[in-house]
Amino acid sequence: MIDRNDVILKVDNLKTHFRTDEGIVKAVDGVSFSLRKGETLGFVGESGCGKSVTNLSLMKLIPSPPGRIVDGKVLFHDRDILKMKENEIRGIRGNKISMIFQDPMTSLNPFLKISTQLVETIILHQKKNEKESRKRAIEMLELVGIPAPAKRIDSYPHQFSGGMRQRVMIAMALSCNPEILIADEPTTALDVTIQAQILELIKDLSEKLGTATILITHDLGVVAGMCDTLNVMYAGRIIEKSDVSTLFSDPKHPYTIGLIKSVPRLDKKTGQKLYSIKGQPPNMIGMPECCPFHPRCEHTMDICRKKYPPVYDNGSGKTVNCWLFPAEPGNYSDEHKSADEHHMTGGAV
Amino acid sequence: MSTALLEVKNLKMHFPIEEGLLFKKQVGAIRAIDGISFEIKAGETLGLVGESGCGKSTTARTIAQLYKATEGEIIFNGRDLASLDSRELLSERKNIQMVFQDPYASLNPRMTVTEIIAEPLIIFKNRGLMTISKKEITERAEFLMEKVGLSSFFRNRYPHEFSGGQRQRIGIARALALNPKLILADEPVSALDVSIQAQILNLLADLQSEYNLTYLFIAHDLAVIEYISTRVAVMYLGKIVEVSSSKVIYKKPLHPYTEALLSAAPIPDPEIEKKRKRIVLSGDVPSPDRARTGCYFYDRCPKKMEICKNNIPELTETGEGHHVACFLYFSP
Ligand SMILES: Nc1ncnc2c1ncn2[C@@H]1O[C@H](COP(=O)(O)OP(=O)(O)O)[C@@H](O)[C@H]1O
Ligand SMILES: Nc1ncnc2c1ncn2[C@@H]1O[C@H](COP(=O)(O)OP(=O)(O)O)[C@@H](O)[C@H]1O
Ligand SMILES: [Mg+2]
Ligand SMILES: [Mg+2]
Repeated sequence: MIDRNDVILKVDNLKTHFRTDEGIVKAVDGVSFSLRKGETLGFVGESGCGKSVTNLSLMKLIPSPPGRIVDGKVLFHDRDILKMKENEIRGIRGNKISMIFQDPMTSLNPFLKISTQLVETIILHQKKNEKESRKRAIEMLELVGIPAPAKRIDSYPHQFSGGMRQRVMIAMALSCNPEILIADEPTTALDVTIQAQILELIKDLSEKLGTATILITHDLGVVAGMCDTLNVMYAGRIIEKSDVSTLFSDPKHPYTIGLIKSVPRLDKKTGQKLYSIKGQPPNMIGMPECCPFHPRCEHTMDICRKKYPPVYDNGSGKTVNCWLFPAEPGNYSDEHKSADEHHMTGGAV
Repeated sequence: MSTALLEVKNLKMHFPIEEGLLFKKQVGAIRAIDGISFEIKAGETLGLVGESGCGKSTTARTIAQLYKATEGEIIFNGRDLASLDSRELLSERKNIQMVFQDPYASLNPRMTVTEIIAEPLIIFKNRGLMTISKKEITERAEFLMEKVGLSSFFRNRYPHEFSGGQRQRIGIARALALNPKLILADEPVSALDVSIQAQILNLLADLQSEYNLTYLFIAHDLAVIEYISTRVAVMYLGKIVEVSSSKVIYKKPLHPYTEALLSAAPIPDPEIEKKRKRIVLSGDVPSPDRARTGCYFYDRCPKKMEICKNNIPELTETGEGHHVACFLYFSP
């Protein structure tokens, strides 16, 4: 079970911006959340809302230029990663915090045998000798379900199918017993039957190894089965945060509600017409300080066009950024204070 | 009882594998479709679903006459397309249009929206298959833009100035230009975000009822297929393994592959997901590069029997309108 107090990662008011010819893209604009030991935390939202940039920022993996982390803290065991020197971060990346991506070839070198890549990672991070490392590598391949791992470890990535390469990448990511696994759309390119295998694998292994997982996906079905907690993102911010069952049974933000309703369901009769959110996500250049969802929202009020909504916190871990839920003074949680103060520049609510 | 607009009989599309530099010699074949039969009635939507590489796109492309079928018949509007001369074929082709997954790749980046939508009309006019004035062409293009939910204010813009969803609308408008009867939609919503996907699915449904269109709708998302389809055909490795009405196939899947697909599809409800037992298929879809003498699903089937090894189950009607190719339901 998750110990609610065992926070290993705390992100506070993170802002990552990109300079482009059209102007500044505020890809991530005041994101705060925390991750607890053993927790599986999901990030959902439509493409371009800032899920990947948020999580790349945690590891300071933002290409600069054009990108820059302009504000915020990323506290890993109470130490700010954003303030660490590059060589110190290298000791965390791939060792204490590992990432896997949609395309396994972003992590695998096509010209090197799987064995070379896996063994090197283990030697680099775990101070084991070559022989021990190879043994550990074979164990990991076995753990992720590669048949005949002792033989296949000397293959090249192209000799594996897409699903198998994904397994190898997971083996590599977990070979150093990381505390946190960040999986960015790990099954988006795979067929449903293979997706089911890979998700099962991530779930089993993170439970077995006690790894906390951040799962990024645009697929609400995937998060429903995998996550304990969800962050729903829209236009560079988290607009609703909740435990997974409340998020689906009692969504609060009109965007979350719309998103859930627009997915056709296998288990329910969909009506004649599918619900759809009108319009499309905003481009994130020169966005005024209003609710970015207001042009698509069914409940837009005057205030929504003028000010970014405050963070409403129900006190038990659910937050919503929407003027339908105006925050009361007592409702501010610590986690959001700094983000709020920023949004509210120029006046109290 | 409505009649079949399209009837496909024992269709095969084998792509030759060749070797040799100077004198190419065929050494084998990719059996992308390997003997499929189905029909689509006027006004209905047949959903075609299956994992990648199972032959869905090849099916659409072969029907659209982009490939010359290796074997079999494609009967459209009562006539076998293979028996038509090139002029007859071209004029029948106007009734069959395609919509693609990636609207960006299928739209010419150097043409404006109106030019893209009007292009099929201009081609038909230039070949003398249609009389239409320049003014009428422009009017039709602008009418179609509005019809698919794009303001004709943007008529002179280029594809890159539109979002993914809007580009898919352009692709749909272009497919409608010649007033087709059948639309072959190859994963038209697979690349779109859910909120945009819902908009496009609704648009396709509206256009269907307004113009009495018939759809072959390809997707790998089972829930999308269920929402849009009257009937559903499930493909595996170049074969159709099950066909039934959309209502029945989801409630009572017969083929072990259909069962596995349904059980793998995630449902956006944590309470349901918690309780679900999944049928996890082992391995990947094999390559269709060899002839088979047993059931095509044999390697991965959790219910395989001795008889499946050396006999090919044909698609057989087991209940009203419910066809399945599996020896669990009949003997060879
Ligand atoms: N290298 C970059 N240069 C400019 N803009 C970028 C860059 N990387 C990401 N962005 C922008 O940041 C925003 C968020 O992107 P991303 O985090 O990748 O979205 P998601 O993962 O939610 O689909 C997008 O608007 C994207 O265009
Ligand atoms: N032009 C082609 N030449 C050779 N093989 C092809 C060609 N087009 C498709 N294939 C092969 O045929 C099979 C079916 O492909 P496709 O119809 O694209 O499947 P789907 O659309 O279901 O993903 C695959 O194995 C694919 O590699
Ligand atoms: Mg992303
Ligand atoms: Mg395809």
